[in-house]
Amino acid sequence: MKSISGIPASYGIAIGPAFVFTRVEIVIEPCNIQDPKAEWKRFVQAQEETSKQLDVAYLKAQEELGEEEAGIFEAQKLMLQDPELINTVKSRVDSELINVETALYESAESFALQLEAIEDEYLSARALDIRDVSSRLLRNLLGLKNSPADGLKIPSIITAQDLTPSDTVMLNKDLVLGFCIEVGGSTSHTAILARGLGIPAVVGAGEPLRKIKTGDKLVIDGDAGEIIIDADKKSLKQFRDRQKKFLMAQADAEAISHQPAITTDGHQVEVVANIGSVDDVQPAILSGAEGVGLLRSEFLYLERSSLPTEEEQYESYKTIGDAFGDRPVILRSLDVGGDKDIPYIDMPPEANPFLGVRAIRLCLSRPDIFKPQLRAALRAGYGNNLKLMFPMVATVEDVVKIREVLEECKQELRDEGYDVAEEMEIGIMIEIPSAAILADQLTEVVDFFSIGTNDLSQYALAADRTNAQVAPMASGFQPAVFRLIKMVIDAAHAKGKWVGLCGEMAGELLAIPILLGLGLDEFSMNPPAVPFAKRLIRSISMEHARQVAETAINLKGDKEIRKYVQEAVPEVNRG
Amino acid sequence: MPEIKLTITHEVGLHARPASTFVQTAAKFSSDIEVTHGETTANAKSILAVLTLGAHKDAEIVVKAEGEDADEALKALEELVLDNFGEH
Repeated sequence: MKSISGIPASYGIAIGPAFVFTRVEIVIEPCNIQDPKAEWKRFVQAQEETSKQLDVAYLKAQEELGEEEAGIFEAQKLMLQDPELINTVKSRVDSELINVETALYESAESFALQLEAIEDEYLSARALDIRDVSSRLLRNLLGLKNSPADGLKIPSIITAQDLTPSDTVMLNKDLVLGFCIEVGGSTSHTAILARGLGIPAVVGAGEPLRKIKTGDKLVIDGDAGEIIIDADKKSLKQFRDRQKKFLMAQADAEAISHQPAITTDGHQVEVVANIGSVDDVQPAILSGAEGVGLLRSEFLYLERSSLPTEEEQYESYKTIGDAFGDRPVILRSLDVGGDKDIPYIDMPPEANPFLGVRAIRLCLSRPDIFKPQLRAALRAGYGNNLKLMFPMVATVEDVVKIREVLEECKQELRDEGYDVAEEMEIGIMIEIPSAAILADQLTEVVDFFSIGTNDLSQYALAADRTNAQVAPMASGFQPAVFRLIKMVIDAAHAKGKWVGLCGEMAGELLAIPILLGLGLDEFSMNPPAVPFAKRLIRSISMEHARQVAETAINLKGDKEIRKYVQEAVPEVNRG
Repeated sequence: MPEIKLTITHEVGLHARPASTFVQTAAKFSSDIEVTHGETTANAKSILAVLTLGAHKDAEIVVKAEGEDADEALKALEELVLDNFGEH
């Protein structure tokens, strides 16, 4: 029995075999061949195999993502059979007697470069398609598995150096019991995904993870951040008991999940959900969430090759807004840049992407991206309670600029005869320390604040949350962060405005008593956390929470605060 | 060699799905078919070549065909473009 420690990223216990997710690099070695006919036969076989795979991808995309996305694979199939491409490859193999891999790679690359040379976003994305088809063909020629995710056949715990959003989209979620990741902190992509799925995860586990092989017997303890390899009988039994207890506590919390979040002395707050797609609506409603505190709009922009149209956005926002009726749904405008990249939006590389043109800064510089989204939101918010919120605001001037574009869009829509949500509430995210410090000024120009603790912590402590070595500093459990939150809440309440929090912290049981005590009005979290949060809020008093908050903001750091809350509020322990 | 002049009315131009349908239609015929936009001429059966034409909405294209079924091919492609690639 061995164990590896990492950062606890998502609650719960998982027991099962390991599945090691490794990406294989394609290496092409140019060489001369003797028999061009045999070489060509290899190509035709690989082409057939690729064609079948694209059919499968087409059907999967059609089912999961819709007709338009599926069209990408149809276009890729045409590329696979493209006579110009095939003739070029064949004539090079025949005349130069080079291996088909080299001929294919170079020919496909030349087409990709031609497409890229035309200044057109759509065609640049097609350059990605031809490269994608060509690498799929090359993998088949070289006998490499197409996606490491294909090998996942039985329920397993996924271990990996790192997982990108495009890796995770390939995984069959029904077979994922948990995640162990070498790099990253508790707000990395996989961590957030795991919490969204309600399965345990340990991240930032480091190099020792590389010793794990597919099939190794693993236990992950998502509460403690431990990974145990080959657990002995006695500890395996203990883990099974804890797993059972956790599931029971979950059932217990779910029983009260549709009751309001009122403290024992009658103070009521809102508990709402963070969601990222139309599919998340039902799980959010079922979890007991009283609305949506953060609707990430990125889902409309990912996994595709061009910007979503105003109409597409309108449909999605309207569906989600209407699903919640008069309960609030807060739509956040496009938040990309930093660690989130969209290939078809031209974003020049930056030395410090987290301090660069991300989120609202990108949108303000690109009206072609920003305006269709605002127009779609203003139309979709007619007749429901959709609100708009903007990420990465640093100054009052930012809000003035946003308001100008917003007014422009409203006027256009009125002129075009659309129904417009004239009274839509406008809020901003507080995630840059300057915005927290200027909260009193900002209350003059917005209707509400929503604190993004993931970014606020990393900016306040100058600690990159994707760097495992400093990620614990960016945990948010820092007196500096709690003091900034207090400043924001006090400034907003002085002007009769409300404050929400949609960072990971809102769903962390240890943070809830402090945030409650500081006067937070709205807690927005992943749906699986909603029942536990409500259960906790309903079991403590506001008076006690205020005392806890006052003490906590005067403690020295992460460990001290966590230890103190654990002792002062025993209700935070689940089960 | 028979040829026809057509104007692309589809919103996205000779890209995406319209380009795919165009190429798929051309591929049904045995004739050699080429399509010209401005200075550039492309094999109408090659999606990669057709895309590099960069024919946007309102672009004028010339389609030429040579072979046994040249007339049928031109007729089919003309109908496709006039029919807005089957999208309304």
